[in-house]
Amino acid sequence: MSIHTVIDRRQPAEGVERSDAVASNSAANRKFYKARVPIHPKTVHGTYRRLKWIVMAVTLAIYYLVPWIRWERGSSAPNQAVLVDLAHERFYFFFIEIWPQEVYYITGLLILSAVGLFLVTALFGRLWCGYACPQTVWTDLFIQVERWIEGDRGARIRLAAEPWSAAKAAKRISKHAIWLLIAVATGGAWIFYFADAPTLARELMHGQAAFAAYGAIALLTFTTYTLGGLMREQVCTFMCPWPRIQGAMIDNEALSVTYRADRGEPRGPHKKGESWQGRGACIDCNQCVAACPMGIDIRDGVQLECINCGLCIDACDDVMARIGQAPRLIAYDTDANVRRRQRGGKGRFRFVRPRTVLYAGVMVVVAAAMALGLSTRRSVDLDVLRDRNPDFVTLADGSVRNGYTLKLMNRSDETRKFLLSISGLVPRGINVIGLGKVTPPVVLDVEANKVRELRVLVTVAAQNVKSGSQPIVFTLQPAGTAEERVVPTVFAAGER
Amino acid sequence: MSDTKKDIDSHSGTETTGHEWDGIKELNTPLPRWWLGIFYACIAWAVGYWILMPAWPTLHGYTHGLLDHSQRDEVMANVAALQHARAAKEHALAGATLEQIQSNPDLLQFAMAEGKTTFADNCAPCHGSGGQGAHGYPNLNDDVWIWGGKLEDIQHTITVGVRSTSPDTRQSQMPAFGRDGMLKDGQIDDLTEYVVHLSGRPANARAVQRAAKLFADNCAACHGAAGKGDRSAGAPNLTDNDWLYGPARADIRDQIWNGHGGVMPTWGGRLSPETIKALAVYVHSLGGGE
Repeated sequence: MSIHTVIDRRQPAEGVERSDAVASNSAANRKFYKARVPIHPKTVHGTYRRLKWIVMAVTLAIYYLVPWIRWERGSSAPNQAVLVDLAHERFYFFFIEIWPQEVYYITGLLILSAVGLFLVTALFGRLWCGYACPQTVWTDLFIQVERWIEGDRGARIRLAAEPWSAAKAAKRISKHAIWLLIAVATGGAWIFYFADAPTLARELMHGQAAFAAYGAIALLTFTTYTLGGLMREQVCTFMCPWPRIQGAMIDNEALSVTYRADRGEPRGPHKKGESWQGRGACIDCNQCVAACPMGIDIRDGVQLECINCGLCIDACDDVMARIGQAPRLIAYDTDANVRRRQRGGKGRFRFVRPRTVLYAGVMVVVAAAMALGLSTRRSVDLDVLRDRNPDFVTLADGSVRNGYTLKLMNRSDETRKFLLSISGLVPRGINVIGLGKVTPPVVLDVEANKVRELRVLVTVAAQNVKSGSQPIVFTLQPAGTAEERVVPTVFAAGER
Repeated sequence: MSDTKKDIDSHSGTETTGHEWDGIKELNTPLPRWWLGIFYACIAWAVGYWILMPAWPTLHGYTHGLLDHSQRDEVMANVAALQHARAAKEHALAGATLEQIQSNPDLLQFAMAEGKTTFADNCAPCHGSGGQGAHGYPNLNDDVWIWGGKLEDIQHTITVGVRSTSPDTRQSQMPAFGRDGMLKDGQIDDLTEYVVHLSGRPANARAVQRAAKLFADNCAACHGAAGKGDRSAGAPNLTDNDWLYGPARADIRDQIWNGHGGVMPTWGGRLSPETIKALAVYVHSLGGGE
């Protein structure tokens, strides 16, 4: 495709070369359908690059290593610290074990994550996008592989323009091979969260693992290779909803990677010895554009495409140091500050704003509710489901019977005896399907980490039946403990 | 595309589509070419699908496609595989008595699952999804059984049906005393009071007195002298609180006048003996089993 932007060939400043990088979203280049503009981000060194390496190392280490952490839970539960056990409907997270009935913990976790993301975005902009998002981490890793094999920006552009040769093919093949290896490893690590990691690893080696395991590896290999290697910034710009959502999260006071136009403009090349009076500090060297993994020009302002990774800050700081200007011409700053300084005021940061207070408040409330829920979580639980169909049964002698399905949950790692008692009304008889007529309290065994289902039929004599419904209480108590689970429900008899 | 009338948004420098709502214009942001490629890939996929899979109707059928795939064959294969997987349990069910099934937790669970599904498919339309019954269709949850509530009784009733096509079907017929002119209007009124009295409810004492002989002559043969019914004859107990055709005087009078009797199909031959066993165990477990 043709590039209409006129490129200024003059040297920006003594000792600084001008990059011919052009923003991939430049208005001049727009077409009806647009082919992807290849982006060859240039290597930078500096604070944010270092930070990105650290975050990458930590997140990748978490992703690959967590399934291998062991956590002793006794004989009735797996000893993997983090495990999503779909077959047995359990989710294990270190000291937390979540049953399907407690899926609200997951909901709480999702709310915390979402509001946490809102808070961080309102305070510091799209840090998630720039540092922690898997798309960013893997793309960064893939770009680094590309760099090792094909060289830095200039070399890569030259290689792309070169006609095919054995050397070019060798470079390309090895690059894609390593990408694929990383992709396979990524898919391979994912499945270990869903099964006992060492066992599954052994099965994989011997080709005995379930089809779903190989399928998941294949799928994740495909997505990692395609999204991290081939599509990169296209995912963020066209596929991800977060850049759109962030519009509602970011306001004028939210930090984002900002070109300080108040200091930089008017921009233009600078000759050695020339005065800096009456001009901006930006020498229009385009190094910020060359370094950008999204291929944009940060000097165009806050943009949908910007993932706030700060690599342009490092690139610019390097140039500023060489021309003897103060660093941070591009910095984590706010639009409001740029305007304040343009008006002659001073920049200031307002982290305490209604929206940040609200987000933080919601997080505290949800976290407190979850902590309370988890710390008071019982090792015994009882669900009572009253028959609705039929609602009640009138027997030959006029007495009324209700059916209840009870789920006795033993969350401890040993088989326990439970006492089930029924109170609140005067029953004529209580029947448990499978046990026959019983007299509460009934002693019931429930296996470790299991749910026992019982169908209980409660009959009330005609003279004791009340019109409508009357209360009935089921109490489950582990034998020999003070712990108990009380479930009040009703006994229905219809209008009479 | 003519570029004479291009409307360029001044802020972004992007061309607009020319659409405008309340002063808000729509940018004509270019679609990525790979996205367009996905559309073409979908079209190509559709063409491939037409060739490989059943796709187009013809006058006397449809194009089968190169893979000759059939969802029906797939379902039949799945059913066959399922039956094969269940064969051992089904065999155990066939060999076990109803009591043995009930006392073996493993077999009981299997029978209950099979019974529940079979009930929903075949019995629920009349007896209700929970077996709660309806006017004219017995409630299977309570302890009132016209033909008996033991496992064997239930199994037999399901197998032969009631007033149905099997030569051994359960057979009983309440006469239509009024419609067929066997009793007079006033006599039926008196009998109605008598039946209300039998169930322990207050009734017109004189009518009850008048009807005593009528009951003995016309009803006691099946329902018994005390009106307690007779399961061998399929005659309901008139002294309890359960009324198949309703408890009100009008309901009882209507039943004496018209002698309703429902039909339950013969399930033997339509359901396998093992399935009927499972069904009997399931119905027995609804709460009223004896």
